Amino acid sequence: MSRLKKTIETRLKASQKCFVAYLTAGDPGLETTPILVHALVRGGADIIELGIPFSDPLADGPVNQRAAERALLKGVSLSQILDNVPKIRDLCPQTPLVIFSYMNPIFAMGFEAFAKKAQAVGIDGVLVVDLPPEESLEYRAILNAHGLDTIFLASPTSDENRLRLVDECSSGFVYYVSRTGVTGAQAQISTSLQNELAFVQKTIKNPVMVGFGVSNAQQAKEISGRAQGVIIGSAIVSIIENSKQAAKELEDFARSIRNGLDQ
Amino acid sequence: MTLEHVPDKRGYYGRFGGRFVPETLYGPVKELEAAYRHYSADKAFQAELRSYLVDYVGRPTPLTFAKRLTDHLGGARIYLKREDLTHTGAHKINNAIGQVLLAKKMGKTRVIAETGAGQHGVATATAAALFGLECVVYMGSVDMARQALNVRRMKLLGAEVKAVESGSKTLKDAVNEAMRDWVGNVHNTFYSLGSALGPHPYPEMVRDFHRIIGEEARVQIQKAIGRLPDELVACVGGGSNAIGLFYPFLHDTNVAMTGVEAGGHGIEGGKHAARFSGGALGVLHGAMTYLLQDANGQVSETHSISAGLDYPAVGPEHAYLHESGRVTYTYATDDEAKAAFRLLAQLEGIIPALESAHAIAYAIKQAPLMMKDQVMLVNLSGRGDKDLEVMFA
Repeated sequence: MSRLKKTIETRLKASQKCFVAYLTAGDPGLETTPILVHALVRGGADIIELGIPFSDPLADGPVNQRAAERALLKGVSLSQILDNVPKIRDLCPQTPLVIFSYMNPIFAMGFEAFAKKAQAVGIDGVLVVDLPPEESLEYRAILNAHGLDTIFLASPTSDENRLRLVDECSSGFVYYVSRTGVTGAQAQISTSLQNELAFVQKTIKNPVMVGFGVSNAQQAKEISGRAQGVIIGSAIVSIIENSKQAAKELEDFARSIRNGLDQ
Repeated sequence: MTLEHVPDKRGYYGRFGGRFVPETLYGPVKELEAAYRHYSADKAFQAELRSYLVDYVGRPTPLTFAKRLTDHLGGARIYLKREDLTHTGAHKINNAIGQVLLAKKMGKTRVIAETGAGQHGVATATAAALFGLECVVYMGSVDMARQALNVRRMKLLGAEVKAVESGSKTLKDAVNEAMRDWVGNVHNTFYSLGSALGPHPYPEMVRDFHRIIGEEARVQIQKAIGRLPDELVACVGGGSNAIGLFYPFLHDTNVAMTGVEAGGHGIEGGKHAARFSGGALGVLHGAMTYLLQDANGQVSETHSISAGLDYPAVGPEHAYLHESGRVTYTYATDDEAKAAFRLLAQLEGIIPALESAHAIAYAIKQAPLMMKDQVMLVNLSGRGDKDLEVMFA
């Protein structure tokens, strides 16, 4: 059983929800990423998504765009991020790590070279934002052969057939995009989300984690009622951008989410 | 290598193209494809589109023999396909009218567009005004400064022009921003994409709205010289005017075709937008194609004096035509384009867009090497009023 699956099952068996935390790897620098990841895990994050900075992040809102720009200004690359993973592993040996990337950096490295390296450094799963299931045949074959879970997105615009396709191509979990829009915090959760999630739960066999626009404990609690967990990204990236003591603040923030979910 | 019927059902031109979009856009792109298939087979839609192209856009555009330019160069006879004479002054209107009419049929109330030189933005704003739809145009702030005239035109036409400050602040960033808008507003918004780029079916749809350029030219040149031309020439940014001209001639094996990319300050220094000279296979804005990028897969910042060619990727059908060898791709530098801009104005009384001036620049180099009984047909894709500030800067 994959580390991702095991982690999720452990939470679910205890009647708890999962907390997936996203941050842009290499923001503000490669050396700080392991420290920030460790802070999130200490606070109660179950799974970490390492965002790969990309020059043209067309699914991202301003907060994540700025994070990618900061990392790229420092010359951070996918290859360096993978080289840096053992330092994260030293601090968080059991936490599943998911690469969250756009297609081109992975394509440029080559699927085979990427999968081999990702597996060697201890990556558990991969999500490519602009790679829909229809284009993913070769990618999935290579990544799965290297023991990597492949996670795909589902969204409010995915009809029943697509939800099934996404589910079939996914392992680990399915990432449900809570609203039609780019990444970023929002004040209100869409009113139709609960109904959408009820339908998604009926259709999808994989665990469903809900992200895009989830930014506080109350929203996390609200959403997780109809899913197996929540994903928080921009709110975390914002703390990293603005705080002088990001590690401490992230740990506190993660704890507040954990407590919200466990209430 | 024989040319296949492209694209295939999955939107591939050989190994190029496809549909690399985030999940939220997959449904809308499929919806667009279904609507496009429906209306491209619908005679009433085609007749309506045709009437707008004739009565509003001013088609067919003339084919002009450039006599003094031909005499000056002393080689092949040069004919110009005059897309600069369309309403709004560039070929972009063919596609904008088609897409915005489609948007209206699909019941969308809002159209968005990206623009580089501003011609596609002006064309979309024009069509939106004509059909009574709300219009938002994304434009890099660098391009807004160098194509200020077109910004004023779009605003006058009732469009909202949103400045894009991210990345290189040019065309690619405007596409990113338009896609972000679309993701958030798919229920009521149609994305009018301005070049033969993006996820399937855009490259095919944009080509089909522009193939009228080549269809007209094919008839006109035969009327003028009694045969097909020896060579077709067009500038290539995303590649919409080029594919529009080339497509109806692709199976005429005796007609050579040349696409001219932006050489910027020259290939050596890296400040250019010549994808076939410095690019590698990659994925940007929904398609697998040639892309200017670094070793880590980050998209490069490009340079061209012409905003419309200043883009790091090329339409997937051009990538296919390059690989198949059917079309030859070369480039012209900023300086060559500026010289061509002046020469065409002085010899023919035609001020070309700086984009189109790249095609003229190639003709200036190539025509003297050809025989006097040979014929070169150059797509004059747009007029150059918008570029006077840059030319006289």
